[in-house]
Amino acid sequence: MNIPADLKYSSEHEWVRAEGDEASIGITDHAQQALGDIVFVELPEVGDEVGAGEAFAVVESVKAASDVYAPVSGKIIKVNERLFASPELVNSDPYGSWFVVVLMSDPGELATLLSAEDYNKFCEEE
Amino acid sequence: MYPYLPITSEDRRRMLQAVGVEAIEELFVDIPSVMRCKGRLNLPGPLSEMEMARHMKALAGKNKNLDDNPCFLGAGAYDHYVPSIINHILLRQEFYTAYTPYQPEVSQGTLQAFFEYQTMICELTGMEVSNASVYDGASALAEAVAMACQATRRGEVLLSRAVHPEARQVVKTYSHFSSVNVKELGYQNGLTGAGEAEELINNQTSAIVVQNPNFFGALEELAKFAELAHRHKALLIVSADPIALGLLKPPGESGADIVVGEGQPLGNPLSFGGPYFGFMATTEKLMRRLPGRIVGQTADSEGNRGFILTLQAREQHIRREKATSNICSNQALCALAAAVYLTVLGKKGLRQVAELCLQKAHYTYRSLLETGKFASTFTAPFFKEFAVTGQEDAAVVNARLMENKIIGGYPLARDYPELKNALLIAVTENRTRDEIDRLVKYSVAT
Amino acid sequence: MELIFEQSVPGRTGISLPAIDVPEEAIESLIPAEYLRRESPGLPEVSEGEAARHFTRLSRRNFGVDTGFYPLGSCTMKYNPKVNEDIARLNGFTRVHPYQSEDTVQGCLELLYHMDRCLSELTGMARVSLQPAAGAHGELTGLMMMKAYHENRGEGHRKKIIVPDSSHGTNPASAQMAGLKLVEIKSGKNGRLDLDELKKAVDGQVAGIMLTNPNTLGLFESDIAEIAEIVHSAGGLLYNDGANANAILGISTPGDMGFDVVHLNLHKSFAAPHGGGGPGSGPVGVKEHLAPFLPKPLVEIKGDGSYYLEYNRPLSIGKVRSFYGNFGVVVKAYAYILTMGPEGLRQAAEDAVLNANFLMKRLKDYYDLPYDQVCKHEFVLSGGRQKEKGVNTEDIAKRLLDYGYHPPTVYFPLIVKEALMIEPTETENLETLERFIEAMIQIAGEVDEEPEKVRLAPHTTVVGRLDAVKAARKPVLRWKP
Repeated sequence: MNIPADLKYSSEHEWVRAEGDEASIGITDHAQQALGDIVFVELPEVGDEVGAGEAFAVVESVKAASDVYAPVSGKIIKVNERLFASPELVNSDPYGSWFVVVLMSDPGELATLLSAEDYNKFCEEE
Repeated sequence: MYPYLPITSEDRRRMLQAVGVEAIEELFVDIPSVMRCKGRLNLPGPLSEMEMARHMKALAGKNKNLDDNPCFLGAGAYDHYVPSIINHILLRQEFYTAYTPYQPEVSQGTLQAFFEYQTMICELTGMEVSNASVYDGASALAEAVAMACQATRRGEVLLSRAVHPEARQVVKTYSHFSSVNVKELGYQNGLTGAGEAEELINNQTSAIVVQNPNFFGALEELAKFAELAHRHKALLIVSADPIALGLLKPPGESGADIVVGEGQPLGNPLSFGGPYFGFMATTEKLMRRLPGRIVGQTADSEGNRGFILTLQAREQHIRREKATSNICSNQALCALAAAVYLTVLGKKGLRQVAELCLQKAHYTYRSLLETGKFASTFTAPFFKEFAVTGQEDAAVVNARLMENKIIGGYPLARDYPELKNALLIAVTENRTRDEIDRLVKYSVAT
Repeated sequence: MELIFEQSVPGRTGISLPAIDVPEEAIESLIPAEYLRRESPGLPEVSEGEAARHFTRLSRRNFGVDTGFYPLGSCTMKYNPKVNEDIARLNGFTRVHPYQSEDTVQGCLELLYHMDRCLSELTGMARVSLQPAAGAHGELTGLMMMKAYHENRGEGHRKKIIVPDSSHGTNPASAQMAGLKLVEIKSGKNGRLDLDELKKAVDGQVAGIMLTNPNTLGLFESDIAEIAEIVHSAGGLLYNDGANANAILGISTPGDMGFDVVHLNLHKSFAAPHGGGGPGSGPVGVKEHLAPFLPKPLVEIKGDGSYYLEYNRPLSIGKVRSFYGNFGVVVKAYAYILTMGPEGLRQAAEDAVLNANFLMKRLKDYYDLPYDQVCKHEFVLSGGRQKEKGVNTEDIAKRLLDYGYHPPTVYFPLIVKEALMIEPTETENLETLERFIEAMIQIAGEVDEEPEKVRLAPHTTVVGRLDAVKAARKPVLRWKP
């Protein structure tokens, strides 16, 4: 299982890549494997506000639909429209397939997330 | 004794033994005895097939039916001709005794028929995507309103009073419980008030809802409402008559975002109000918000084309409380009837039926006005149904018609108290000139 | 197989229509040109014979109850009597307009009135509305009435609806549409509602509970009296999802169990056909205290014995469908009740339960049976032990197709892994059950000896397993030239 060392993780299996006040968010390799073939990704609109822990997107496989939770709070400033036409990218390249970019309202929340090492441990225990 | 129960007493004895109990009661020990039915339930029967059929025929005989009484009543349910072939196809047990096509390998018949149906509905409505039908036209409209509110994330809807009164009631029932605010738009000269819509629309409006032809039979200017709705980032929902779509511009071309309608006119009998089906179509953009069953094309591992229920992640069995709707069935056999109907009518037949309706309705309208006893209630253009205002109470006119074995029109005052003495008259291709002339004759007091 | 559109040839038609027999006017003089279609809709052009052959060929790619055994759990795929099809097609029923004056539709009204009485008697309820078009529609109607009842008592804050985790997916979806808030509770170890979990969930906010009884494991909720007591004493109501009523008709009633509202599926328990997904009918019955909230109209009887539609029902939730429901389906179900009578309905329930217990007993050595106790009309096996050998429940289901059976419901209820939910119904004979048992045992053997054969099944159907991922990723939902 691929867990890049430079990212932060949530216990709901989202990853966060922070650059300044901006955080791109996606789902982990572990999550995409568990879901199987992803057939659709439902994304929020640019301008929506999300709070940490709130569901902001949905990933669908043939037999399941799962909420994706925001690891950090803020305003959505970009959504990855490529995923509408090619949801399979989430399977083939989970860490390249960001869902949204959030302008964080409280970058301090990053400190509450898991490191790659902790996330690896978390997955093993789960 | 019972023709549908093959298990004999001897079978029962052997089976109880195999299960390891002495008596059938032991299989019901988990039902507390205080909850067991005591004594004989107060129900009719059992009757033999002959007795039952005799009883039911007697009941059916107490109704005045349309074969003996030519019908000019429409108001949302229409006496269009149902070609003979339809019933023969519907009575194929492989169609009518099957369940929802959960096992596609043994349900390709139903699935392909739905795929063909969906294509036909897209062709009629000018929309990109259709589901495989819902309960009826009225609940389709309620589902469309819910869909528009979800898609726009707004909680208000502008509903024309020229939409079928029962459909409006269903929309209001659904909306009350899901906290959607319904504002009604009045009508002028039989058409939805565009000025009023302009005044009422705001940034909370999810959709404008109109019917075309509307309940009065009149033709709305759809493009105007589409423009208004879209200017405020709202949707346009159109409830359409599928027969009229043989002649009229598809609502999709006028900018509709969701098109629904009562499908009964497409090959389904009147049957005292049901079963009917609602059709429901939308744009590709809103595809994943469309409720109900949807069939898609795919292939098996050898590349054979096949059909399957798809986009199921929208649905209740997966999404549970987050589903687009709770609906988990369609009106499969009614939709199949529509597919057979549209197949045998084909490209030209549907247009011909629409033209017959149009010409006969206008002949009836002119003839009634020529009596001097009826005036136009409205002057807007109409398709197969129109309103006229008489000098007598509508019930009096209808009673006289019934005495002469004619089922008259719909008394509009029932839902619109301001339209006193007005009758809504529907004329389908099923009415002959002779029947129309009799209608006109007996509509007037002698 | 070709689509009907691919068989289309310009110039063919399947209909002959009469010539226009009234003076004609130019269409453009009747309808503004901008309202008219520029191009005809792309409908097929085929002769009637070609249409007949096409749809007949399609029908042969389907499996119906007359084709073979159809033990689809929770769906009650019993035999659909032929005579009921004929009765529902009498022109005195089909050629009747819903808005005809009441004096001209006395037969229809009488039938609806008596059906209300019959279903009230069978469910132990005061009144029944025949308006809902399907089970899920009945659920929604029932929940709306429960909410309206609380609102009318000034308790509109009651929005919590309790649903066990074994429930049908429609339950939570219906609750959402009725504006209620869902609280899901875990089932107990014995496959029944856990009373402690229930007590924890019940408080002053509770609107009610939705319960299927017998539940989706085919088990009767024996604690139902206590469940009713807990919910009622907290001011809540009990809703019965009657999808499984076939096990109890004539034996017990939801009313006696303490339920306030129940829906029935006429296309399950009352032998009306499923039609490939509909039309069904989902009447909803209520006890006296909820009757004022039933949808309008109801059919009532006058002193002179004539019937009428009563719309004056001020507390009614309104309408959930146009007109009076799926009348044609109600006709078939009423004919069924007349044929069976009270004794026949009870015998049907007993035979359905006996058939299920017989199958369960004979299959439990070959498949896991997570809840090994007397079942009602259905039971749930698990393909767990086969799964360990690399064959999952879907494979087993597909392999059954090769043996000529429709598979059971699979992967439901969600609380059983690799679930196979089997409901034989009372209209299957002992020989059929024996042959089905043999097939199931043989498949269990194949899992050990030739697992590939099961994994790649079906081998005999018109198409193989279809690619659901492809269908959902790039949806093709209509034919295009």
